[in-house]
Amino acid sequence: MSELSNHLFVFLLAAFLGLEVIKRVSHMLHTPLMSLTNAISAISVIVAIELAGQNHSTLGIILGTIAVAAAMTNVVGGFLITERMLRMFRKREVK
Amino acid sequence: MRDLGLPISISSTAPLAASFGPRGDAVQNAFTLACFLFACACFVLSLKWLSEPKTARRGNHIGTVGMLAAIVGALMSAEVVQYQWIVLGIIIGTAVGVPMALLMPMTHVPQRTALSHAFGALAAALVGTAHYYIEFSSAQTPSYIMGILCTEVLLGSLTFTGSLMAFGKLQELIPTRPVTYRGQNIVNISVLGLAVLCGVLLSVWPDQVWIFPILIVLALVFGVMLILPIGGGDMPTVIALLNSYAGLSASLMGFVLNNKLLIVAGALDGASGFILSIIMCKAMNRSFTNVLFGAFGQVKPSSVTGDKKPVKSTTPEEAAQIMDIANRIIIVPGYGMAVAQAQHKVRELYDQLTKRGIDVRFAIHPVAGRMPGHMNVLLAEAEIPYDKLAEMDEINGDFAQADVALVIGANDVVNPAARHDRGSPIYGMPILNADQAKTVFCIKRSMNPGFAGIDNELYTADHTLMLFGDAKNVVAAIAKELADMNGR
Repeated sequence: MSELSNHLFVFLLAAFLGLEVIKRVSHMLHTPLMSLTNAISAISVIVAIELAGQNHSTLGIILGTIAVAAAMTNVVGGFLITERMLRMFRKREVK
Repeated sequence: MRDLGLPISISSTAPLAASFGPRGDAVQNAFTLACFLFACACFVLSLKWLSEPKTARRGNHIGTVGMLAAIVGALMSAEVVQYQWIVLGIIIGTAVGVPMALLMPMTHVPQRTALSHAFGALAAALVGTAHYYIEFSSAQTPSYIMGILCTEVLLGSLTFTGSLMAFGKLQELIPTRPVTYRGQNIVNISVLGLAVLCGVLLSVWPDQVWIFPILIVLALVFGVMLILPIGGGDMPTVIALLNSYAGLSASLMGFVLNNKLLIVAGALDGASGFILSIIMCKAMNRSFTNVLFGAFGQVKPSSVTGDKKPVKSTTPEEAAQIMDIANRIIIVPGYGMAVAQAQHKVRELYDQLTKRGIDVRFAIHPVAGRMPGHMNVLLAEAEIPYDKLAEMDEINGDFAQADVALVIGANDVVNPAARHDRGSPIYGMPILNADQAKTVFCIKRSMNPGFAGIDNELYTADHTLMLFGDAKNVVAAIAKELADMNGR
Protein backbone atom coordinates (compact mmCIF):
# COMPACT_ATOMS: atom_id res chain seq x y z
CA MET A 1 0.00 0.00 0.00
CA SER A 2 2.85 2.42 0.68
CA GLU A 3 3.68 2.17 -2.98
CA LEU A 4 0.19 3.34 -3.84
CA SER A 5 0.52 6.38 -1.60
CA ASN A 6 3.90 7.17 -3.15
CA HIS A 7 2.32 7.10 -6.56
CA LEU A 8 -0.60 9.20 -5.44
CA PHE A 9 1.80 11.85 -4.18
CA VAL A 10 3.62 11.90 -7.49
CA PHE A 11 0.34 11.99 -9.39
CA LEU A 12 -1.11 14.82 -7.33
CA LEU A 13 2.02 16.95 -7.57
CA ALA A 14 2.27 16.40 -11.31
CA ALA A 15 -1.42 17.12 -11.83
CA PHE A 16 -1.26 20.40 -9.90
CA LEU A 17 1.96 21.40 -11.62
CA GLY A 18 0.31 20.59 -14.92
CA LEU A 19 -2.77 22.65 -14.10
CA GLU A 20 -0.65 25.65 -13.09
CA VAL A 21 1.64 25.49 -16.11
CA ILE A 22 -1.07 24.80 -18.66
CA LYS A 23 -3.39 27.51 -17.33
CA ARG A 24 -0.77 29.95 -18.55
CA VAL A 25 -0.71 28.67 -22.10
CA SER A 26 -2.05 31.29 -24.47
CA HIS A 27 -5.46 30.43 -25.90
CA MET A 28 -4.00 31.01 -29.31
CA LEU A 29 -1.82 27.92 -28.87
CA HIS A 30 -4.45 25.49 -27.69
CA THR A 31 -4.29 23.32 -30.79
CA PRO A 32 -0.48 22.92 -30.62
CA LEU A 33 -0.88 22.35 -26.87
CA MET A 34 -3.18 19.46 -27.59
CA SER A 35 -0.87 17.87 -30.12
CA LEU A 36 2.14 18.34 -27.83
CA THR A 37 0.49 16.83 -24.77
CA ASN A 38 -0.71 14.06 -27.01
CA ALA A 39 2.85 13.35 -28.05
CA ILE A 40 3.98 13.48 -24.43
CA SER A 41 1.30 11.09 -23.26
CA ALA A 42 2.53 8.65 -25.87
CA ILE A 43 5.17 8.02 -23.21
CA SER A 44 3.42 4.67 -22.82
CA VAL A 45 5.79 3.72 -25.63
CA ILE A 46 8.41 2.98 -22.95
CA VAL A 47 6.36 0.24 -21.32
CA ALA A 48 5.29 -1.02 -24.72
CA ILE A 49 8.98 -1.34 -25.65
CA GLU A 50 9.64 -3.43 -22.56
CA LEU A 51 6.70 -5.63 -23.46
CA ALA A 52 7.79 -6.13 -27.06
CA GLY A 53 11.41 -6.67 -26.05
CA GLN A 54 10.95 -9.52 -23.54
CA ASN A 55 11.06 -13.12 -24.67
CA HIS A 56 8.82 -15.26 -22.52
CA SER A 57 5.29 -14.26 -23.48
CA THR A 58 4.12 -14.39 -27.07
CA LEU A 59 0.94 -12.51 -26.19
CA GLY A 60 3.08 -9.81 -24.62
CA ILE A 61 5.22 -9.54 -27.75
CA ILE A 62 2.21 -9.27 -30.06
CA LEU A 63 0.30 -6.71 -28.00
CA GLY A 64 3.54 -4.89 -27.16
CA THR A 65 4.52 -4.57 -30.80
CA ILE A 66 1.13 -3.16 -31.78
CA ALA A 67 1.34 -0.81 -28.80
CA VAL A 68 4.83 0.35 -29.83
CA ALA A 69 3.54 1.07 -33.33
CA ALA A 70 0.48 2.98 -32.07
CA ALA A 71 2.44 5.00 -29.53
CA MET A 72 5.28 5.74 -31.97
CA THR A 73 2.74 7.15 -34.42
CA ASN A 74 1.84 9.69 -31.76
CA VAL A 75 5.40 10.39 -30.72
CA VAL A 76 6.65 11.08 -34.24
CA GLY A 77 3.44 12.58 -35.57
CA GLY A 78 2.71 14.65 -32.47
CA PHE A 79 6.05 16.43 -32.25
CA LEU A 80 6.27 16.95 -36.01
CA ILE A 81 2.84 18.50 -36.43
CA THR A 82 3.35 20.67 -33.36
CA GLU A 83 6.54 21.95 -34.95
CA ARG A 84 4.73 22.52 -38.22
CA MET A 85 2.01 24.53 -36.50
CA LEU A 86 4.32 26.54 -34.29
CA ARG A 87 6.43 27.57 -37.26
CA MET A 88 3.34 29.29 -38.64
CA PHE A 89 2.78 31.57 -35.67
CA ARG A 90 4.49 34.80 -36.59
CA LYS A 91 4.09 38.24 -35.17
CA ARG A 92 5.09 40.22 -38.23
CA GLU A 93 5.50 39.65 -41.88
CA VAL A 94 8.74 38.01 -42.86
CA LYS A 95 9.17 39.04 -46.42
CA MET B 1 10.47 -4.62 -10.50
CA ARG B 2 7.42 -3.81 -8.41
CA ASP B 3 8.05 -4.82 -4.84
CA LEU B 4 4.79 -6.39 -3.99
CA GLY B 5 6.48 -9.06 -1.96
CA LEU B 6 4.19 -11.52 -3.65
CA PRO B 7 4.87 -14.78 -5.38
CA ILE B 8 3.79 -13.61 -8.81
CA SER B 9 4.44 -16.54 -11.07
CA ILE B 10 6.86 -15.20 -13.65
CA SER B 11 8.40 -12.32 -11.78
CA SER B 12 11.19 -14.34 -10.26
CA THR B 13 12.56 -15.45 -13.61
CA ALA B 14 11.89 -12.42 -15.73
CA PRO B 15 10.87 -9.06 -14.33
CA LEU B 16 8.67 -7.25 -16.81
CA ALA B 17 7.79 -3.72 -16.00
CA ALA B 18 9.92 -0.61 -16.04
CA SER B 19 12.11 -1.37 -13.13
CA PHE B 20 13.54 0.95 -10.60
CA GLY B 21 14.01 -1.92 -8.20
CA PRO B 22 16.93 -3.83 -6.84
CA ARG B 23 16.90 -6.76 -9.24
CA GLY B 24 18.23 -6.83 -12.77
CA ASP B 25 21.35 -5.19 -14.00
CA ALA B 26 21.96 -2.35 -11.58
CA VAL B 27 24.04 -0.16 -13.87
CA GLN B 28 21.68 -0.57 -16.78
CA ASN B 29 18.71 0.28 -14.65
CA ALA B 30 20.42 3.30 -13.15
CA PHE B 31 20.95 4.58 -16.67
CA THR B 32 17.31 3.97 -17.52
CA LEU B 33 16.24 5.75 -14.35
CA ALA B 34 18.44 8.75 -15.19
CA CYS B 35 16.93 8.93 -18.67
CA PHE B 36 13.42 8.83 -17.26
CA LEU B 37 14.18 11.56 -14.71
CA PHE B 38 15.65 13.74 -17.43
CA ALA B 39 12.59 13.16 -19.62
CA CYS B 40 10.32 14.13 -16.75
CA ALA B 41 12.05 17.49 -16.37
CA CYS B 42 11.97 18.05 -20.13
CA PHE B 43 8.22 17.51 -20.32
CA VAL B 44 7.46 20.03 -17.61
CA LEU B 45 9.75 22.62 -19.22
CA SER B 46 8.21 21.84 -22.56
CA LEU B 47 4.73 22.77 -21.38
CA LYS B 48 6.04 25.81 -19.55
CA TRP B 49 7.69 27.17 -22.69
CA LEU B 50 4.62 26.49 -24.75
CA SER B 51 2.82 29.26 -22.89
CA GLU B 52 3.65 31.92 -25.50
CA PRO B 53 4.43 31.86 -29.21
CA LYS B 54 7.91 33.31 -28.68
CA THR B 55 9.21 30.32 -26.72
CA ALA B 56 6.75 27.70 -27.93
CA ARG B 57 9.08 26.09 -30.44
CA ARG B 58 11.76 25.72 -27.83
CA GLY B 59 9.11 23.95 -25.75
CA ASN B 60 8.39 21.52 -28.53
CA HIS B 61 12.10 20.82 -29.02
CA ILE B 62 12.79 20.09 -25.38
CA GLY B 63 9.74 17.83 -25.33
CA THR B 64 11.16 15.92 -28.27
CA VAL B 65 14.52 15.61 -26.53
CA GLY B 66 12.78 14.31 -23.42
CA MET B 67 10.89 11.72 -25.40
CA LEU B 68 14.07 10.58 -27.15
CA ALA B 69 15.80 10.20 -23.81
CA ALA B 70 12.89 8.18 -22.45
CA ILE B 71 12.91 5.87 -25.46
CA VAL B 72 16.67 5.36 -25.26
CA GLY B 73 16.29 4.65 -21.55
CA ALA B 74 13.60 2.06 -22.23
CA LEU B 75 15.67 0.41 -24.96
CA MET B 76 18.63 0.14 -22.59
CA SER B 77 16.60 -1.29 -19.75
CA ALA B 78 17.58 -4.74 -18.51
CA GLU B 79 14.21 -6.22 -19.38
CA VAL B 80 14.69 -5.72 -23.08
CA VAL B 81 16.42 -8.78 -24.45
CA GLN B 82 15.39 -8.74 -28.09
CA TYR B 83 14.94 -5.85 -30.46
CA GLN B 84 13.38 -7.13 -33.69
CA TRP B 85 9.76 -6.56 -32.61
CA ILE B 86 10.51 -3.18 -31.12
CA VAL B 87 12.17 -2.09 -34.34
CA LEU B 88 9.22 -3.36 -36.34
CA GLY B 89 6.82 -1.36 -34.15
CA ILE B 90 8.94 1.77 -34.41
CA ILE B 91 9.15 1.47 -38.20
CA ILE B 92 5.40 1.03 -38.57
CA GLY B 93 4.66 3.88 -36.17
CA THR B 94 7.06 6.22 -37.94
CA ALA B 95 5.76 5.25 -41.36
CA VAL B 96 2.24 6.14 -40.30
CA GLY B 97 3.05 9.14 -38.11
CA VAL B 98 5.30 11.13 -40.42
CA PRO B 99 2.93 11.41 -43.40
CA MET B 100 0.05 12.09 -41.04
CA ALA B 101 1.93 15.03 -39.57
CA LEU B 102 3.45 16.48 -42.71
CA LEU B 103 0.90 15.90 -45.46
CA MET B 104 -2.38 16.48 -43.70
CA PRO B 105 -3.88 19.89 -44.49
CA MET B 106 -4.24 22.20 -41.48
CA THR B 107 -8.02 22.15 -41.80
CA HIS B 108 -7.85 18.46 -40.89
CA VAL B 109 -6.05 18.99 -37.60
CA PRO B 110 -9.14 18.08 -35.50
CA GLN B 111 -9.41 14.73 -37.25
CA ARG B 112 -5.73 14.01 -36.78
CA THR B 113 -5.99 14.90 -33.11
CA ALA B 114 -8.95 12.58 -32.61
CA LEU B 115 -7.10 9.81 -34.39
CA SER B 116 -3.99 10.27 -32.29
CA HIS B 117 -6.07 10.10 -29.10
CA ALA B 118 -7.30 6.76 -30.40
CA PHE B 119 -3.73 5.53 -30.97
CA GLY B 120 -2.58 6.69 -27.55
CA ALA B 121 -5.52 5.02 -25.85
CA LEU B 122 -5.02 1.85 -27.86
CA ALA B 123 -1.41 1.60 -26.73
CA ALA B 124 -2.43 2.09 -23.10
CA ALA B 125 -5.24 -0.46 -23.29
CA LEU B 126 -3.05 -3.08 -25.01
CA VAL B 127 -0.22 -2.74 -22.51
CA GLY B 128 -2.68 -3.01 -19.64
CA THR B 129 -4.29 -6.09 -21.18
CA ALA B 130 -0.97 -7.80 -21.79
CA HIS B 131 0.15 -7.19 -18.23
CA TYR B 132 -3.09 -8.58 -16.87
CA TYR B 133 -2.69 -11.88 -18.69
CA ILE B 134 1.03 -12.14 -18.07
CA GLU B 135 1.28 -11.37 -14.41
CA PHE B 136 -1.81 -10.05 -12.66
CA SER B 137 -4.23 -12.88 -13.34
CA SER B 138 -3.16 -14.75 -10.22
CA ALA B 139 -5.37 -14.79 -7.16
CA GLN B 140 -2.68 -13.05 -5.11
CA THR B 141 -2.77 -9.75 -6.99
CA PRO B 142 -3.82 -7.09 -4.50
CA SER B 143 -7.27 -5.62 -5.09
CA TYR B 144 -6.07 -2.06 -5.48
CA ILE B 145 -3.66 -3.00 -8.25
CA MET B 146 -6.43 -4.85 -10.06
CA GLY B 147 -8.82 -1.96 -9.51
CA ILE B 148 -6.39 0.50 -11.05
CA LEU B 149 -5.55 -1.85 -13.90
CA CYS B 150 -9.24 -2.33 -14.70
CA THR B 151 -9.86 1.43 -14.63
CA GLU B 152 -6.88 1.89 -16.92
CA VAL B 153 -8.07 -0.67 -19.45
CA LEU B 154 -11.64 0.65 -19.21
CA LEU B 155 -10.55 4.25 -19.88
CA GLY B 156 -8.13 3.21 -22.61
CA SER B 157 -10.69 1.07 -24.43
CA LEU B 158 -13.53 3.58 -24.31
CA THR B 159 -11.21 6.38 -25.38
CA PHE B 160 -10.04 4.22 -28.28
CA THR B 161 -13.48 3.64 -29.79
CA GLY B 162 -14.75 7.06 -28.67
CA SER B 163 -11.90 8.80 -30.47
CA LEU B 164 -12.39 6.67 -33.57
CA MET B 165 -16.04 7.75 -33.56
CA ALA B 166 -15.03 11.38 -33.14
CA PHE B 167 -12.63 10.94 -36.05
CA GLY B 168 -15.40 9.41 -38.16
CA LYS B 169 -17.71 12.30 -37.42
CA LEU B 170 -15.09 14.96 -38.10
CA GLN B 171 -14.04 13.28 -41.32
CA GLU B 172 -17.74 12.89 -42.14
CA LEU B 173 -17.38 9.15 -42.62
CA ILE B 174 -20.40 8.76 -40.38
CA PRO B 175 -23.30 11.23 -39.97
CA THR B 176 -22.20 14.24 -37.95
CA ARG B 177 -25.67 14.90 -36.59
CA PRO B 178 -26.29 13.70 -33.06
CA VAL B 179 -27.75 10.21 -33.07
CA THR B 180 -30.30 9.88 -30.30
CA TYR B 181 -33.02 7.49 -29.29
CA ARG B 182 -35.36 7.05 -26.38
CA GLY B 183 -33.76 5.86 -23.19
CA GLN B 184 -30.29 6.47 -24.57
CA ASN B 185 -28.87 7.73 -21.30
CA ILE B 186 -30.24 4.75 -19.40
CA VAL B 187 -28.69 2.34 -21.89
CA ASN B 188 -25.36 4.16 -21.80
CA ILE B 189 -25.20 4.27 -18.03
CA SER B 190 -26.16 0.59 -17.82
CA VAL B 191 -23.33 -0.39 -20.13
CA LEU B 192 -20.87 1.70 -18.15
CA GLY B 193 -22.29 0.27 -14.92
CA LEU B 194 -21.80 -3.28 -16.15
CA ALA B 195 -18.22 -2.50 -17.16
CA VAL B 196 -17.52 -1.04 -13.73
CA LEU B 197 -19.10 -4.11 -12.15
CA CYS B 198 -16.71 -6.32 -14.13
CA GLY B 199 -13.86 -4.20 -12.82
CA VAL B 200 -15.05 -4.61 -9.24
CA LEU B 201 -15.43 -8.38 -9.65
CA LEU B 202 -11.94 -8.62 -11.10
CA SER B 203 -10.52 -6.59 -8.23
CA VAL B 204 -11.96 -9.09 -5.78
CA TRP B 205 -11.18 -12.20 -7.82
CA PRO B 206 -8.29 -11.34 -10.14
CA ASP B 207 -8.02 -14.95 -11.29
CA GLN B 208 -11.45 -14.97 -12.92
CA VAL B 209 -9.85 -14.55 -16.30
CA TRP B 210 -13.10 -14.91 -18.26
CA ILE B 211 -14.42 -11.57 -16.94
CA PHE B 212 -11.61 -9.55 -18.48
CA PRO B 213 -12.68 -9.79 -22.16
CA ILE B 214 -16.22 -8.83 -21.13
CA LEU B 215 -14.85 -5.73 -19.44
CA ILE B 216 -12.98 -4.78 -22.60
CA VAL B 217 -15.95 -5.34 -24.91
CA LEU B 218 -18.27 -3.34 -22.68
CA ALA B 219 -15.76 -0.48 -22.55
CA LEU B 220 -15.34 -0.51 -26.35
CA VAL B 221 -19.12 -0.44 -26.82
CA PHE B 222 -19.52 2.36 -24.30
CA GLY B 223 -16.96 4.45 -26.17
CA VAL B 224 -19.06 4.24 -29.32
CA MET B 225 -22.31 5.00 -27.54
CA LEU B 226 -20.79 7.92 -25.69
CA ILE B 227 -19.97 9.76 -28.91
CA LEU B 228 -23.11 8.86 -30.91
CA PRO B 229 -25.23 11.67 -29.46
CA ILE B 230 -22.46 14.28 -29.76
CA GLY B 231 -22.93 16.90 -32.48
CA GLY B 232 -20.23 18.74 -34.39
CA GLY B 233 -20.58 21.88 -32.29
CA ASP B 234 -19.68 19.95 -29.17
CA MET B 235 -16.60 18.38 -30.69
CA PRO B 236 -14.14 20.84 -29.10
CA THR B 237 -15.26 19.80 -25.61
CA VAL B 238 -15.35 16.12 -26.43
CA ILE B 239 -11.91 16.13 -28.03
CA ALA B 240 -10.53 17.86 -24.96
CA LEU B 241 -12.23 15.34 -22.71
CA LEU B 242 -10.88 12.38 -24.69
CA ASN B 243 -7.45 13.99 -24.48
CA SER B 244 -7.81 14.01 -20.73
CA TYR B 245 -8.90 10.34 -20.62
CA ALA B 246 -5.98 9.24 -22.78
CA GLY B 247 -3.59 11.01 -20.40
CA LEU B 248 -5.28 9.59 -17.36
CA SER B 249 -5.06 6.04 -18.62
CA ALA B 250 -1.34 6.46 -19.28
CA SER B 251 -0.96 7.77 -15.76
CA LEU B 252 -2.87 4.86 -14.24
CA MET B 253 -0.66 2.48 -16.12
CA GLY B 254 2.24 4.10 -14.30
CA PHE B 255 0.56 3.21 -11.01
CA VAL B 256 0.20 -0.42 -12.00
CA LEU B 257 3.66 -0.84 -13.52
CA ASN B 258 5.39 1.24 -10.88
CA ASN B 259 6.74 3.73 -13.39
CA LYS B 260 6.76 7.32 -12.18
CA LEU B 261 7.59 8.85 -15.56
CA LEU B 262 4.35 7.42 -16.86
CA ILE B 263 2.47 8.83 -13.89
CA VAL B 264 3.90 12.30 -14.41
CA ALA B 265 3.56 12.50 -18.19
CA GLY B 266 0.05 11.07 -18.05
CA ALA B 267 -0.97 13.50 -15.34
CA LEU B 268 0.33 16.44 -17.38
CA ASP B 269 -1.71 15.32 -20.37
CA GLY B 270 -4.74 14.66 -18.21
CA ALA B 271 -4.49 18.11 -16.65
CA SER B 272 -4.21 19.73 -20.05
CA GLY B 273 -7.28 17.98 -21.41
CA PHE B 274 -9.15 18.82 -18.23
CA ILE B 275 -8.36 22.53 -18.44
CA LEU B 276 -9.26 22.68 -22.11
CA SER B 277 -12.59 20.98 -21.60
CA ILE B 278 -13.42 23.36 -18.76
CA ILE B 279 -12.59 26.34 -20.97
CA MET B 280 -14.77 24.90 -23.73
CA CYS B 281 -17.66 24.23 -21.37
CA LYS B 282 -17.45 27.75 -19.95
CA ALA B 283 -17.43 29.17 -23.45
CA MET B 284 -20.71 27.42 -24.11
CA ASN B 285 -22.18 28.00 -20.65
CA ARG B 286 -22.76 24.28 -20.27
CA SER B 287 -21.66 21.61 -17.85
CA PHE B 288 -19.74 18.41 -18.60
CA THR B 289 -22.82 16.29 -17.99
CA ASN B 290 -24.82 18.51 -20.28
CA VAL B 291 -22.33 18.15 -23.11
CA LEU B 292 -22.08 14.39 -22.71
CA PHE B 293 -25.71 13.59 -22.03
CA GLY B 294 -27.51 16.67 -23.34
CA ALA B 295 -27.52 15.80 -27.06
CA PHE B 296 -27.46 19.33 -28.36
CA GLY B 297 -29.08 19.07 -31.75
CA GLN B 298 -32.32 17.40 -30.89
CA VAL B 299 -33.30 19.58 -27.97
CA LYS B 300 -36.21 21.32 -29.61
CA PRO B 301 -37.10 22.46 -33.09
CA SER B 302 -36.02 25.91 -31.89
CA SER B 303 -38.34 28.66 -30.83
CA VAL B 304 -39.42 29.53 -34.32
CA THR B 305 -41.99 32.24 -34.31
CA GLY B 306 -44.43 32.38 -37.17
CA ASP B 307 -43.39 35.66 -38.73
CA LYS B 308 -39.99 35.26 -40.30
CA LYS B 309 -38.26 38.52 -40.97
CA PRO B 310 -36.94 38.91 -44.45
CA VAL B 311 -33.26 38.44 -45.05
CA LYS B 312 -31.31 41.08 -46.92
CA SER B 313 -28.58 39.82 -49.14
CA THR B 314 -25.91 41.65 -51.06
CA THR B 315 -23.10 41.13 -53.52
CA PRO B 316 -19.36 41.00 -52.97
CA GLU B 317 -19.06 44.24 -55.00
CA GLU B 318 -21.30 46.15 -52.62
CA ALA B 319 -19.57 44.62 -49.61
CA ALA B 320 -16.22 45.72 -51.02
CA GLN B 321 -17.47 49.29 -51.44
CA ILE B 322 -18.66 49.45 -47.84
CA MET B 323 -15.42 47.95 -46.54
CA ASP B 324 -13.41 50.36 -48.66
CA ILE B 325 -14.62 53.33 -46.64
CA ALA B 326 -14.50 51.64 -43.24
CA ASN B 327 -11.98 52.47 -40.53
CA ARG B 328 -12.29 49.45 -38.33
CA ILE B 329 -13.21 45.96 -39.42
CA ILE B 330 -13.53 42.90 -37.23
CA ILE B 331 -13.56 39.49 -38.89
CA VAL B 332 -15.29 36.60 -37.11
CA PRO B 333 -14.14 33.25 -38.51
CA GLY B 334 -15.99 30.02 -37.83
CA TYR B 335 -16.08 26.40 -38.88
CA GLY B 336 -17.39 27.44 -42.32
CA MET B 337 -14.04 29.07 -43.03
CA ALA B 338 -12.27 25.80 -42.24
CA VAL B 339 -14.65 23.72 -44.35
CA ALA B 340 -14.20 26.02 -47.35
CA GLN B 341 -10.43 26.23 -46.72
CA ALA B 342 -10.88 29.98 -47.09
CA GLN B 343 -8.03 31.07 -44.81
CA HIS B 344 -5.67 32.01 -47.63
CA LYS B 345 -8.32 34.11 -49.35
CA VAL B 346 -9.02 35.75 -45.99
CA ARG B 347 -5.37 36.66 -45.96
CA GLU B 348 -5.71 38.36 -49.37
CA LEU B 349 -8.68 40.31 -48.10
CA TYR B 350 -6.71 41.22 -44.98
CA ASP B 351 -3.86 42.53 -47.16
CA GLN B 352 -6.20 44.61 -49.29
CA LEU B 353 -7.84 46.17 -46.26
CA THR B 354 -4.69 46.91 -44.27
CA LYS B 355 -3.16 48.47 -47.39
CA ARG B 356 -5.90 51.09 -47.09
CA GLY B 357 -4.92 51.77 -43.50
CA ILE B 358 -8.01 50.01 -42.19
CA ASP B 359 -7.64 48.46 -38.76
CA VAL B 360 -8.46 44.77 -39.25
CA ARG B 361 -8.68 42.35 -36.37
CA PHE B 362 -9.98 38.83 -35.89
CA ALA B 363 -12.36 37.87 -33.11
CA ILE B 364 -11.92 34.26 -32.07
CA HIS B 365 -14.57 32.56 -30.01
CA PRO B 366 -13.16 29.75 -27.84
CA VAL B 367 -15.40 27.13 -29.44
CA ALA B 368 -15.15 28.37 -33.02
CA GLY B 369 -14.24 25.41 -35.19
CA ARG B 370 -13.97 21.81 -34.12
CA MET B 371 -11.20 21.88 -31.56
CA PRO B 372 -9.64 24.36 -29.13
CA GLY B 373 -7.51 26.88 -31.02
CA HIS B 374 -8.61 25.63 -34.45
CA MET B 375 -9.11 29.11 -35.96
CA ASN B 376 -5.80 30.42 -34.66
CA VAL B 377 -3.90 27.66 -36.40
CA LEU B 378 -5.68 28.22 -39.71
CA LEU B 379 -5.12 31.98 -39.64
CA ALA B 380 -1.52 31.46 -38.62
CA GLU B 381 -1.16 29.11 -41.58
CA ALA B 382 -2.32 31.96 -43.81
CA GLU B 383 0.45 34.06 -42.22
CA ILE B 384 -1.82 36.52 -40.53
CA PRO B 385 0.20 38.07 -37.68
CA TYR B 386 -0.97 36.56 -34.41
CA ASP B 387 -1.22 39.89 -32.62
CA LYS B 388 -4.24 40.59 -34.84
CA LEU B 389 -6.09 37.63 -33.36
CA ALA B 390 -8.11 38.58 -30.31
CA GLU B 391 -9.92 36.46 -27.77
CA MET B 392 -13.56 37.04 -27.03
CA ASP B 393 -13.20 39.00 -23.80
CA GLU B 394 -10.47 41.14 -25.28
CA ILE B 395 -12.40 42.28 -28.35
CA ASN B 396 -16.06 42.14 -27.39
CA GLY B 397 -16.09 45.75 -26.22
CA ASP B 398 -14.73 46.94 -29.57
CA PHE B 399 -17.53 45.74 -31.82
CA ALA B 400 -19.58 48.86 -31.01
CA GLN B 401 -16.82 50.99 -32.54
CA ALA B 402 -16.36 48.76 -35.56
CA ASP B 403 -17.72 49.90 -38.91
CA VAL B 404 -17.95 46.40 -40.28
CA ALA B 405 -18.15 42.94 -38.75
CA LEU B 406 -17.49 40.21 -41.30
CA VAL B 407 -18.76 36.84 -40.12
CA ILE B 408 -17.22 34.00 -42.13
CA GLY B 409 -18.99 30.71 -41.59
CA ALA B 410 -19.70 31.25 -37.90
CA ASN B 411 -23.19 30.83 -36.56
CA ASP B 412 -24.03 30.05 -32.96
CA VAL B 413 -21.11 32.04 -31.56
CA VAL B 414 -22.63 35.28 -32.91
CA ASN B 415 -26.30 34.49 -32.29
CA PRO B 416 -27.80 37.27 -30.15
CA ALA B 417 -30.53 34.87 -29.03
CA ALA B 418 -27.98 33.54 -26.55
CA ARG B 419 -28.38 36.82 -24.64
CA HIS B 420 -32.13 37.06 -24.24
CA ASP B 421 -34.08 34.11 -25.66
CA ARG B 422 -34.66 31.78 -22.73
CA GLY B 423 -36.16 29.19 -25.02
CA SER B 424 -33.05 28.92 -27.14
CA PRO B 425 -30.77 25.93 -26.57
CA ILE B 426 -27.80 28.25 -26.58
CA TYR B 427 -29.28 30.69 -24.05
CA GLY B 428 -26.59 31.97 -21.71
CA MET B 429 -23.67 31.07 -23.96
CA PRO B 430 -21.17 33.93 -24.14
CA ILE B 431 -21.15 35.24 -27.70
CA LEU B 432 -19.17 37.66 -29.82
CA ASN B 433 -21.02 40.96 -30.07
CA ALA B 434 -20.84 41.06 -33.85
CA ASP B 435 -24.38 42.50 -33.94
CA GLN B 436 -23.10 45.74 -32.38
CA ALA B 437 -21.03 46.70 -35.41
CA LYS B 438 -22.49 49.35 -37.73
CA THR B 439 -22.78 46.93 -40.61
CA VAL B 440 -22.62 43.16 -40.38
CA PHE B 441 -21.80 40.92 -43.32
CA CYS B 442 -22.43 37.22 -42.91
CA ILE B 443 -20.98 34.75 -45.38
CA LYS B 444 -23.04 31.58 -45.44
CA ARG B 445 -23.72 28.84 -47.91
CA SER B 446 -27.51 29.02 -47.61
CA MET B 447 -30.21 30.03 -45.19
CA ASN B 448 -30.43 26.52 -43.77
CA PRO B 449 -30.11 26.78 -40.02
CA GLY B 450 -26.69 25.87 -38.69
CA PHE B 451 -25.58 22.66 -37.15
CA ALA B 452 -27.56 23.02 -34.00
CA GLY B 453 -30.68 23.76 -36.03
CA ILE B 454 -31.18 27.10 -34.30
CA ASP B 455 -32.42 30.20 -36.08
CA ASN B 456 -29.96 33.05 -35.95
CA GLU B 457 -31.59 36.42 -35.54
CA LEU B 458 -28.37 38.15 -36.50
CA TYR B 459 -29.12 37.16 -40.10
CA THR B 460 -32.42 39.00 -40.07
CA ALA B 461 -31.23 42.10 -38.22
CA ASP B 462 -31.71 45.43 -40.00
CA HIS B 463 -28.03 46.19 -40.37
CA THR B 464 -27.05 42.71 -41.51
CA LEU B 465 -26.35 41.88 -45.13
CA MET B 466 -25.98 38.26 -46.12
CA LEU B 467 -23.42 37.10 -48.64
CA PHE B 468 -24.52 33.72 -49.90
CA GLY B 469 -21.97 31.34 -51.31
CA ASP B 470 -18.90 29.31 -50.56
CA ALA B 471 -16.76 31.22 -48.06
CA LYS B 472 -13.65 30.87 -50.18
CA ASN B 473 -15.29 32.23 -53.35
CA VAL B 474 -17.07 35.09 -51.61
CA VAL B 475 -13.98 36.27 -49.74
CA ALA B 476 -11.93 35.97 -52.92
CA ALA B 477 -14.52 38.05 -54.79
CA ILE B 478 -14.46 40.81 -52.19
CA ALA B 479 -10.67 40.86 -52.18
CA LYS B 480 -10.56 41.01 -55.96
CA GLU B 481 -13.08 43.84 -56.03
CA LEU B 482 -10.98 45.80 -53.55
CA ALA B 483 -7.86 45.15 -55.60
CA ASP B 484 -9.57 46.38 -58.78
CA MET B 485 -10.76 49.50 -57.02
CA ASN B 486 -7.19 50.21 -56.09
CA GLY B 487 -6.11 49.91 -59.68
CA ARG B 488 -8.71 52.35 -60.90
